[in-house]
Amino acid sequence: MQTTHTLEDPKGVKGFVSDWAGDKNTFKVSWGKAMMWIFLLSDTFVFSCFLIGYMVVRMSTTEPWPNASEVFALEIAGHHIPLVLIAIMTFILITSSGTMAMAVNFGYRKDKMKAALLMIVTAVLGLSFVGMQAFEWSKLIEEGVRPWGNPFGAPQFGSVFFMVTGFHGLHVSIGVIYLATVAIKILKGHYEQSGNYEIVEISGLYWHFVDLVWVFIFALFYLW
Amino acid sequence: MEDEVEQDMHEPNSFWTKYVWSQDHKVIAIQYSVIAILVGIVALVLSGLMRLQLGFPGHFDFIDPSAYYQFVTMHGMIMVIYLLTAIFLGGFGNYLIPLMVGARDMVFPFVNMLSVWFYLLAVLILMASFFVPGGPTGAGWTLYPPQAILPGTPGSDWGIILMLVSLAVFIVAATMGGLNYVTTVLQARTRGMTLMRMPLTVWGIFTATILALLAFPALFVSAVMMLFDKTLGTSFFMPAIISMGQQLDYEGGSPILFQHLFWFFGHPEVYIVALPAFGIVSDLISIHARKNIFGYRMMVWAIVIIGVMSFVVWAHHMYVSGMNPIFGYFFATTTLIIAVPTAIKVYNWVLTLWRGNIRLNVPMLFALGFVSTFTIGGLTGLFLGNVVVDLPLSDTYFVVAHFHMVMGVSPILVVFGGIYHWYPKMSGRMLNDTLGKLHFWGTFLGTYAIYFPMHYLGVLGVPRRYFAYENYDFIPDSAKDLNALISVMAIFVGLMQLIFIFNLVWSLFKGKKASDNPWEATSLEWQTETTPPGHGNWGKELPICHRWAYDYGVPGYAQDYLPQNFSAESGEKT
Repeated sequence: MQTTHTLEDPKGVKGFVSDWAGDKNTFKVSWGKAMMWIFLLSDTFVFSCFLIGYMVVRMSTTEPWPNASEVFALEIAGHHIPLVLIAIMTFILITSSGTMAMAVNFGYRKDKMKAALLMIVTAVLGLSFVGMQAFEWSKLIEEGVRPWGNPFGAPQFGSVFFMVTGFHGLHVSIGVIYLATVAIKILKGHYEQSGNYEIVEISGLYWHFVDLVWVFIFALFYLW
Repeated sequence: MEDEVEQDMHEPNSFWTKYVWSQDHKVIAIQYSVIAILVGIVALVLSGLMRLQLGFPGHFDFIDPSAYYQFVTMHGMIMVIYLLTAIFLGGFGNYLIPLMVGARDMVFPFVNMLSVWFYLLAVLILMASFFVPGGPTGAGWTLYPPQAILPGTPGSDWGIILMLVSLAVFIVAATMGGLNYVTTVLQARTRGMTLMRMPLTVWGIFTATILALLAFPALFVSAVMMLFDKTLGTSFFMPAIISMGQQLDYEGGSPILFQHLFWFFGHPEVYIVALPAFGIVSDLISIHARKNIFGYRMMVWAIVIIGVMSFVVWAHHMYVSGMNPIFGYFFATTTLIIAVPTAIKVYNWVLTLWRGNIRLNVPMLFALGFVSTFTIGGLTGLFLGNVVVDLPLSDTYFVVAHFHMVMGVSPILVVFGGIYHWYPKMSGRMLNDTLGKLHFWGTFLGTYAIYFPMHYLGVLGVPRRYFAYENYDFIPDSAKDLNALISVMAIFVGLMQLIFIFNLVWSLFKGKKASDNPWEATSLEWQTETTPPGHGNWGKELPICHRWAYDYGVPGYAQDYLPQNFSAESGEKT
């Protein structure tokens, strides 16, 4: 009678199971990175629920949904340009993902000056995104858009707009603080001793996630 | 191996860092459990008050309809979220995961500490609602809009706001804890501890935590949206509505969206509570029957499959909501399918007992009690899972009986069993056996006396959620006698818990000293150098896992159990 489990290298489905059941680490990543991935999975569900909620109220509301490209248009030098601010904001956020990716690269090369600098650039880009969002909010509030109603149509338009962009803006703001903290710690030589700059990549994961979520919000709220 | 360097091993040295602002998973687990038990007592008292009204209507002036609905709401919410979820994940999960997988602590002890303090904050916010004008919300534990936030519902001014904020804070706490539990199980197991060697307790808690991380977002979002509906006047869940003769400012929202979001959380929540219970019961039965668990792999897969399935059955709570009948067909089918892995588990528990060398001590009694109550509750679940049977029964006491058997009594029996089982490890002392047996029989028989008659009430058509039953011709007088009996038994069971509380406190000081492994169990938490385990759990070296957790009665060895760190090659403990 076999009483103990011995580990072989099985094939097929069993091999898949045994890979996952492997000794010690299921995924070959550090604790921090694993935890960030799991958190992002959970956060994905939060944003999915927000966006599904948005779609449902957009269907359930009795009044016509405002035309997003008109509401989010700006008058610049006498020209009426739809969605111009959002386009700039999206461009900035995606650019910041690029600088973040470069920071991760320099982090792994232990070039701490460049890594920290690029993280600060990323944070500043994020900050400017939040600033433009504040501008957009104040412009809409000036035009009479409120969470409980607006002059353009269905009251849920304002509700969803403030809730979803607000929640995303909160994520960006937290990200800015997070990146700035890590950048300062790098400059202070906090990771010198261990020589492990993986934290740059972990904070980068969060940042890319926030960008990715923005793409969905952009597509589903502003373009639809 | 390099991961171990990451672990913060600062030894706590003052009272405050050791017992209050502690980052040690064992202390955090006890903090979680104590808070959960205290708030659970509040919910228990509330249920006693409800039963006083139902059993003896008109005799208690201080219970008016508003107060009654507030009791119902707070009882339900506290029991499901603040007691059961918190004690299974925060209490048992925190204590057992690192010990059972052979880790020194959770992977991020600081986040773990934040988790318990956010949990305390959530509880305090919830308790504060008893003291605000209008009292706590009386919307029912499901908090359905529109009524939850409209005037006329008790606590619609402040109570509902505090409830929603408290839930949001609780979710933050549960997320911080949950990330730790999942990461610890996946990444911080000791050498030799493969996933398929983990005790089923860890499997249950691990899967339940994943469910929590994916299901709580839906509750979070619905809480945020309802909070805006209440405070900012948005109309996410609010249709155009006339309340007390007045047209309100709401229009165009979808109340059923809330129901979908709530139950997308709410059904996995059932399994967030049940899966840890399944796991713990499997271990209790195997250990105290001195026999390996029957079908270990099947048990693991059943847990995983139940976990996955629990995300596609939520709308069986909404058969009477007026949704598309095709949905009902789909959700009835998935609901009945989920009974299959659940039944497999029950069979395996029974087969584990079969020809085992059963030791009928207190934890085992509770585990056996669970198998009984869970089977009864599960069978009525098959009734309610069918749309046509559910429609007439949905708003009756049949449903109350069903979910109290399956997710009230059953998990709480496991909580008790687990506490009797692991208390020696946590405190270094045994709980008193006689008091434990008294507590078990009182609770077990008492709860049957409460909930079994409720099935009859339900089939008679006695509606649930009602404050009083005067002037309903279809309810015979005998139903009132039955209600009085149920109330007496409910008070009796409530009082029985005093024995348990007394036992917990008394044994802490006067209990018999426990040995390192009083139950002769195999899993790693019983193989620590000291009891209770010290900071870092394992002394200088981590244990090495050589076998699964169920080597009982292995032929050729003098002792009838082989600990997981026992190596066959050397023939001695390594």
